[in-house]
Amino acid sequence: MGKVKTLILRAPGTNCDAETAFAFQQAGAVATSVHINQLIRGQQRLSDYQILVVPGGFTYGDDIAAGKVLANELRLKLGEDILRFIEGGGLILGICNGFQVLVKAGILPRLSNGSSPPLTVVANDSGKFECRWVYLRVNKDSPCLFTKGIDSMYLPVAHAEGKVVADSEVLPELNVVVYYADEQGDNKAGYPYNPNGSAGNIAGICDASGRIFALMPHPERYIRGTQHPQWTRQGAKEHGDGFQVFLNAVKWAKGL
Amino acid sequence: MYGCYSMHRVEVCLKSHLPDARGLGLVRDICDLGITTVSNVQVADIYWLDADLSPDELNLICRSLLADPVTQEYQYFTPATDVVEGDKGGEVDKQSHTIEVAYNAGVTDPVEETIMKALQDLGMGGVRVVKTVRRYLLQGRPDEYQLQVICDRLLVNPIIQHVVEPEHFGFPENPQYRFRLNQVDILELDNAGFSQVRQRFGFTDDELQAIIAYFHQQGRNPTDAELETLAQTWSEHCVHKTFKGKIRFGTTTIDNLLKATIMKATEELAKPWCLSVFEDNAGVIDFDGHWALCFKVETHNHPSAVEPYGGAATGIGGVVRDPLGTGLGAKPILNTDVFCFAPPDFPYEKLPKGVLHPRRIFKGVRAGVADYANRLGIPTLNGAILFDERYIANPLVFCGTLGLLPKDLAQRGQQQAGDLVVLVGGRTGRDGIHGVTFASEQLTEESTTVSYSSVQIGNPIVEKRLIDVLLQARDRRLYCRITDCGGGGLSSAVGEMAAETGVRVYLDKVPLKYAGLSYTEIWVSESQERMVLAVPPDCIDELLNLFAGENVEAAVIGEFTDDLRLQLFYNGNLVGDLDMEFLHKGYPQVKREAVWEQPQYAEPDLAKPPDLGEALLQILGSWNVCSKEWVIRQYDHEVQGASVLKPLVGKNNDGPGDAAIIRPILGSEMGVIVANGINPKYGEIDPYWMAASVIDEALRQIVAVGGNLRQVALLDNFCWGNTDRQDMLGALVRAAQACYDMATAYETPFISGKDSLNNEFESNGRIISIPHTLLISAISVMEDVNRAVSMDFKKVGDLIYIAGTTQNELGGSGYFGTHGFMGNNVPKVNPRRARELMDRLSLATEKGLVRACHDCSDGGIGVAVAEMAFAGGLGATISLKSVPLGEPVDRDDFILFSESNSRFLVEIAPESKGEFEQVMSGASLAAVGQVTDTEVLEVYGVDGRKVVATPINELKEAWQKPLRW
Repeated sequence: MGKVKTLILRAPGTNCDAETAFAFQQAGAVATSVHINQLIRGQQRLSDYQILVVPGGFTYGDDIAAGKVLANELRLKLGEDILRFIEGGGLILGICNGFQVLVKAGILPRLSNGSSPPLTVVANDSGKFECRWVYLRVNKDSPCLFTKGIDSMYLPVAHAEGKVVADSEVLPELNVVVYYADEQGDNKAGYPYNPNGSAGNIAGICDASGRIFALMPHPERYIRGTQHPQWTRQGAKEHGDGFQVFLNAVKWAKGL
Repeated sequence: MYGCYSMHRVEVCLKSHLPDARGLGLVRDICDLGITTVSNVQVADIYWLDADLSPDELNLICRSLLADPVTQEYQYFTPATDVVEGDKGGEVDKQSHTIEVAYNAGVTDPVEETIMKALQDLGMGGVRVVKTVRRYLLQGRPDEYQLQVICDRLLVNPIIQHVVEPEHFGFPENPQYRFRLNQVDILELDNAGFSQVRQRFGFTDDELQAIIAYFHQQGRNPTDAELETLAQTWSEHCVHKTFKGKIRFGTTTIDNLLKATIMKATEELAKPWCLSVFEDNAGVIDFDGHWALCFKVETHNHPSAVEPYGGAATGIGGVVRDPLGTGLGAKPILNTDVFCFAPPDFPYEKLPKGVLHPRRIFKGVRAGVADYANRLGIPTLNGAILFDERYIANPLVFCGTLGLLPKDLAQRGQQQAGDLVVLVGGRTGRDGIHGVTFASEQLTEESTTVSYSSVQIGNPIVEKRLIDVLLQARDRRLYCRITDCGGGGLSSAVGEMAAETGVRVYLDKVPLKYAGLSYTEIWVSESQERMVLAVPPDCIDELLNLFAGENVEAAVIGEFTDDLRLQLFYNGNLVGDLDMEFLHKGYPQVKREAVWEQPQYAEPDLAKPPDLGEALLQILGSWNVCSKEWVIRQYDHEVQGASVLKPLVGKNNDGPGDAAIIRPILGSEMGVIVANGINPKYGEIDPYWMAASVIDEALRQIVAVGGNLRQVALLDNFCWGNTDRQDMLGALVRAAQACYDMATAYETPFISGKDSLNNEFESNGRIISIPHTLLISAISVMEDVNRAVSMDFKKVGDLIYIAGTTQNELGGSGYFGTHGFMGNNVPKVNPRRARELMDRLSLATEKGLVRACHDCSDGGIGVAVAEMAFAGGLGATISLKSVPLGEPVDRDDFILFSESNSRFLVEIAPESKGEFEQVMSGASLAAVGQVTDTEVLEVYGVDGRKVVATPINELKEAWQKPLRW
């Protein structure tokens, strides 16, 4: 089998496509940046790819609410293609704005019965855009294939709307993959460890199959050792904590 | 007015049990105004839709687009039928005050465009117009006066917004435009007429006379479009008349100050890696033989003074288009922003009439820069913020962008006759008309009410889409030349592009935001997010298809010719016809007198304090020195994944880094260092030494982070008061001369620059001039980013060295400043000695000998060592007795806080001592102390007495507290 093909979805305001493509390339995949119009107009087909990524950015300016307009566009214009892609075993990764989009499009949380109860992402409690590094604890019981073998990660967040909100009966149903935590891994830690006030310190969730994963922090921004904010103190690791996420995805997709 | 039957008002607000972050922020801001009668604020979004919609359709729009089902509730209201429906519960609290704010007609609201697109996706293409309104529900008991204050200072900026009555909301209809050729009679002017025309277009006497002579020759009167074209093209902002003029300074006459100083240094240095200097929208240097870097810093001062958010946002938008319009187009990869404001605690009662409070300007500028740059996905990795009362009416907003482009596309393109003029990006509206002449004029009390059309509102997503598609067009070589549409709009962009060919422009082909624009308004509009391309006819179809594929507008609006004429048409009518020669070379050279005399300040009468800890805390907590983390964290400095050294460094990611480093090619080991130097205080003593000092500051930041000076390029940005005054101009000449002297001695050429003169404000007959402000921005190519060094102390037991010589140079220093003094001993620079020292230090970091390094600037050794300590979470002990002095200085406070240039504090492992001292041999160097595990900073005076013993957490707290907003 040839290289794994990754589609990096681009829409007006997407801005993390290049570094996300770099991360997948480093992990051994072919990454192609595809504009949403190309999918809608049939110039590109989702079914030609094994991995779909909705990268970070401010799609459509995050006007009205972050990710909302692209979420509707995906749902209304590409809903069936995406469903077929999921049913065909494809992987989907949403990062930052991609998280907001997947949740608002109802592609996540996609529980075991296939339903996506209402879940949303809203403005940070601080009322500010927060660009800072956070400690993440990985839920060992999560079915998420992207985080296999990872216990914890140190990654940057950069968002103004990252607070996960859901009705109290929905929260326990979610497949939480990563929690905001402190240095010791305590996932009850408050601000700034939890940079947005997210319910249950949720930083990322996946669907019941573990093949659809979205998170607010940016794994693609910690691929190389020198991206760590303290590498000049601690020395640079060969790979950043985020690299394994991409490696796992490519490995899995190769096995398809 | 459209028929009212089709109007629907949708209100969306947070469910009442959820905290309202926007509202809570406003409550804090209201408290800051000293108003304590408002207990809570709720913010709601109102959308007015002009469409024939059934209740089912309205509910669908609300549920699936406008309101979040989990957190929000909505209510809609159709005035014509009085139908109110929605999922919103609860009644409005009778105790509250409602204020609804809408944008003024003609002001771009990006959200409206997005909603129109989203409604189409929903199948609701029949919606004709959308307007957004924000509703503030103030709870508590504010009185009428307080409500007015809250409106004026926080909620409404009359330049772009107004308060609306919920019941009487209307969509203003844009008037249609009827063509009429406007000629301006200048051939037979009396004195009154002459000065009227002169004022209307902002010409000088000489300029208008040259124009009259030209049109006498042509035998006709000019059209308004022609005069506007000349006004824009000849404005200070576009041609830099002052810098290019003839200046008599003492016994010498300088013909073109720019060429005689800044450009001359570059010419003499003749560095082969300078690829394109002073001729394009940004300067370009080689990066790695395959890629090139281009760099530009601009100011957007006047617009930011009257509408801080929009002014600063479009400042970013504008400077990003500079690299994009350089060579055949560069990808923007980094932003740097420097702001100068009056202190945030400036008393309201002292505020000049017509001026926004510095706190509001600061907050608005920060938000504008963040919202625009974050959305574009360009990391804001570097910057500075300075405070001085004289920026009260003229805040300075410097925005810079670094771009990356293939080296073989670094040169400005050239079009041929027959190539098409293609306008791409945003549509043209009435925004920003006369921005250029506005930027070059003095602000007055009325500026915040009368110059409304000068303010541009940006739409970053339009620019982002434009960048994405332009870079694809570049890589397919679909155009042969590109430039940005900035100040002066099409008139400057097209006029300049066609200077050596000629052009015919059909103004009716320009896509408009709304009807009603005259041909002249179209020609000079400064609507944002537009670029102009020269496209060969055989590429045009592919180009238009590519743009259409990503929903970016592209319109053919004319063609280039070879007749050296600028010809403008509107619906077949010739509305402008000028010789390129006259347009670009016809303006009379400015002749000015300049003088300069060193002012004498009282030498401070300061008792020697026995304990310097208090003074250190005071400097650390001063507005200029204190932590800017509040600002930095709200910028995305990680996007593009390229950062190697971030603006915040150290054990807790909160120490003040010196310069930023990025790795523009993610797979390469090469990097770019970006630094800046600015210190207006020194300029009050001597602008020459200010310029020298800020160049030194930018360079030492590069060296401090592990860079070297082998390939450093500089940008200059002069912001000055009114240079019609001889002493102002003299100060400018002094500063420019220092730029030449330093650049040649350090061997660091200038590659581009900009100036913003006339930063003055008149109030009640009193002139407030900004301090002479020179920003030097520097980029340096770094061969191996793995050699980067951060400023935080790393290890207990390491040695602390000082490199460089300390003098009694506290004139303009932070120490004197906190005691209310200026002094006269401004820090000087010996560039040859400094360069030698810096080269040696660079070699030491290249060899991996340096654990931490920080340059000494504001607050001298004292502030530098304190910052290194608390950034590293470690204590330090230093002795002032060992500090190498250039002259006898017998005061501990002077040694600790002197701001002598070209100095570094360096942390070295004990085992590297020998090798480090050997590498540094010949340079002024001394071991002054050690890193300790005590978490206390201890400083011993010359006589061995302890003069500072302060816990590092106290130092850090003093430094972080002022801007912990």
